[in-house]
Amino acid sequence: MKIKNNIAVSDSGFIFNPTTGDSFSANPVGQEIFKMLQTAATEEEITANILETYQIDKVRFEKDFYDFVNVLKKYKLLEEIEKD
Amino acid sequence: MKKTDITIAVTGLNAIDSPGPGISVIRALRKSNYYNPRIIGLSYDTMEPGIYMHDLVDKSFQIPFPSVGIDNLLYRLKEINAREKIDVIIPNFDAELFNFIKLEKRLLEQCNIKMFLPSMKQFEERQKANLYEFGKKYNLKVPKNKTMHSLKDIDDIEFEFSFPVVVKGKYYDARVAYNKEQIADHFNRISIKWGLPIIIQEYVFGSEVNVTAIGDGTGKTIGAVPMRKQYITDKGKAWSGISLDDDKLLKITSDLIKSTKWKGSMELEFIKTSNDEYFLLEINPRFPAWVYLAVGCGQNHPDALLKMALGKKVNAFPKHETGKMFIRYSYDMIINLKEFEKISTSGEL
Repeated sequence: MKIKNNIAVSDSGFIFNPTTGDSFSANPVGQEIFKMLQTAATEEEITANILETYQIDKVRFEKDFYDFVNVLKKYKLLEEIEKD
Repeated sequence: MKKTDITIAVTGLNAIDSPGPGISVIRALRKSNYYNPRIIGLSYDTMEPGIYMHDLVDKSFQIPFPSVGIDNLLYRLKEINAREKIDVIIPNFDAELFNFIKLEKRLLEQCNIKMFLPSMKQFEERQKANLYEFGKKYNLKVPKNKTMHSLKDIDDIEFEFSFPVVVKGKYYDARVAYNKEQIADHFNRISIKWGLPIIIQEYVFGSEVNVTAIGDGTGKTIGAVPMRKQYITDKGKAWSGISLDDDKLLKITSDLIKSTKWKGSMELEFIKTSNDEYFLLEINPRFPAWVYLAVGCGQNHPDALLKMALGKKVNAFPKHETGKMFIRYSYDMIINLKEFEKISTSGEL
């Protein structure tokens, strides 16, 4: 999965969906994950990156990541990537 | 480039809480790169704010209410034209459009006044009462509707629809009813103001998205800008909105303009459901009050319409800017009693 192509996040964490007109705010960590999802990084890659940068245990992060992804899905900001 | 002087008469100067499009249209015309407009405001009421907005409106004249009929309107327009030499009229009210469409040929032949309006057939077939059939004809999803001519029809409504339903006036007003009693209440309030019939429409859940668009009359879309209402007043009017990048909505719009060969301006009102389905709620055969957003997005629709009315070739706008917002505000003007007296007694200012 990755963030839809036409959705951008600004340096201040402001996310705008031009298809629906919805806008959101993400905190710095949310922004970081959002940017990784824009590059179609896998869940494993994102987890490794965050665990390396922040002092957080894997189970806690996976729970928060799952919640965050669900929010992104709910607001239709994510799209599935077709597998070869 | 030197701009061409031109005189344009515009209606819809009621920039109130349920605003007419006139002031937005005038602001757009004043942004024209080709024309230097002298604006003649045509008003129905002495309290229409545009009459007193002298930086936008050069001169205002009262015209007779649509219900007075086309002969009186023609007589008054000839009187105004004898003094002002009007080149183009841009009418902006649903309720007056029937008369202006009827007068289009006569105004051109007798006064050389040009307009760029939909045909009577186009105007009639998209009427609220005909919209369901219109949707079937042009392959658009339209909520089920039924016209009500008297309160006796309420039992049929209860049988055919599930609550809530939307109760709509012929030209304006829409209120949600959750039971029979509320239908009766809305029926009475709306019919007193706008007459019969009243339209009952199935309520569709979703977010409201609108499009302002113009067609050249051959099936070509000259411009289209979609907008989502962000803040809605208790009258259901957008107090702020944002332009969208919605290819599906633009495709629906261009297909509609192509199949109907729509001529002139239009506002399409849709509900977008959570399944990304679009239900057409209304087609207004005129600019919306928020048309100035299109100018902010790089598409000056009133200017393009003006050129088409003058017989100029207009190319389609290639794109529009998304993420542009409009936010309305209210503003107290201080008016000298003399001005109010003049428009009230002489019908002009």
